[in-house]
Amino acid sequence: MQTGKQSWVFENKPVILSAGTSGGPDEGKGNLAGDIDVLHDDLWMGEDSYEKAHRVLMEEAVEAALDKVNVDKEQVRFFIAGDLINQITPTTMAARTLGLPYFGIFGACSTSMEGLALASFIINNNGADYILTGTASHNGASERQYRYPTEYGGQKPPTAQWTVTGAGVVLMKKNAGEKNVPVTTAATIGKVVDMGMTDPFNMGGAMAPAAADTILAHFEDLGRDPSYYDLIVTGDLAKVGRDACYALLEEKGVHIGREKFLDCGLMIYKDEQPVHAGGSGSACCAVVTYGHLLKKMHEGVYRRILVVATGALMSPLTYQQKETIPCIAHAVSIEWI
Amino acid sequence: MADVSEKEKEQYQGLQKRYETKRPVLKNCLKAFFVGGLFCVIGQAITYFYIYFFNFTEQTAGNPTVATMVFISMLLTGFGVYDRIGQFAGAGSAVPVTGFGNAVISAAIEHRTEGFVLGVGGNMFKLAGSVILFGVFSAFLIALIKTLLINWGII
Repeated sequence: MQTGKQSWVFENKPVILSAGTSGGPDEGKGNLAGDIDVLHDDLWMGEDSYEKAHRVLMEEAVEAALDKVNVDKEQVRFFIAGDLINQITPTTMAARTLGLPYFGIFGACSTSMEGLALASFIINNNGADYILTGTASHNGASERQYRYPTEYGGQKPPTAQWTVTGAGVVLMKKNAGEKNVPVTTAATIGKVVDMGMTDPFNMGGAMAPAAADTILAHFEDLGRDPSYYDLIVTGDLAKVGRDACYALLEEKGVHIGREKFLDCGLMIYKDEQPVHAGGSGSACCAVVTYGHLLKKMHEGVYRRILVVATGALMSPLTYQQKETIPCIAHAVSIEWI
Repeated sequence: MADVSEKEKEQYQGLQKRYETKRPVLKNCLKAFFVGGLFCVIGQAITYFYIYFFNFTEQTAGNPTVATMVFISMLLTGFGVYDRIGQFAGAGSAVPVTGFGNAVISAAIEHRTEGFVLGVGGNMFKLAGSVILFGVFSAFLIALIKTLLINWGII
């Protein structure tokens, strides 16, 4: 149901039935290795290009999500997914393997929550019984598209971020009176926010205002305040962006408390890993939310969380043509019932 | 927030600056100086090697030295070491000829997946192309200035 200016409330409470995640070598050495279903110790994953390895990540996450529950692939109505690569081809190739009706979406690193919001909306309104939604990213494939060849010896500044290699997918289901499951209860769709930031090596700083804008809109549309949630987690703002976003929210009079305001980009890797400001990439939010946070909800650590996936919607072309970086953030509220 | 005024943008950029991790410029300069210097020491050793063990003079030893340095850079790039040196040393490993080698070789490796002609051939000089273009152009300008000065009897 439409609520406020840019939010939906899902009164039928679509169920997140299962989640599947995959990861690469750096994720395997990170903080959340235990929460990732399939781990690879090589960026190539037995394929002959990074883009093909990227497709494998998505396929494995889908398989892992389906394997955990007694749902046949034929029962799934739609596959809503995307990634960061030009024309989202790795996701399309995975959809070719899957053979399901497919919505390809692009929201850069906000894709995970964009997909989850759309899937929840469709299920909430009886549009499908089961939907698979998720996203993947691959460090090598993104580096070569957005920056330099992977083996190029350029020095990155401390504000740069490290694209997560991995994928996170969830299987969503119509609620038939289930209890003790995670459900989606609301979503807020973000606007494109551009504060004139130009440095592609500081995406967190560019995306922070978009995250703050969506969080503020979410509270206003739904009449909630931070006390409603046990945790508010942003997608990939990393060190710089998280601090800037927190300051923006404080400025607007929204006091969350630092321990309740986390960022996926700061959770996935260990401090000693050479990832500069933290993780990024569309899989960052997906792997942490679907792999780690849902598990924590099962364990009873969190009851209500707000996931705000942030995306920088630039391309190497727009950057070279001196365009500023347009950013977006989508928020989905996940609750345990 | 869709129509953000210039003032709001400036305000945010000011706020953001406070949280931005700064580049450690002095530390980077020192690292670049020492690593770049080390590369040159190795290059000098190779030059002496060619002069003492082969029939090269101080003038002619330059070419085989550059070739050897680029060859070493190629091995280090292929084994995935050069980008780590680059992250540590910055300009120290980018400015010497090995950095140029790395720019060419990393692009060649990267685009191997698109085949030899359109992949490797078409993209090998993606990064290094501008070095060649502007290097040749500035050499041309300097040579032109020198020729004119000699013709006018100034030098």
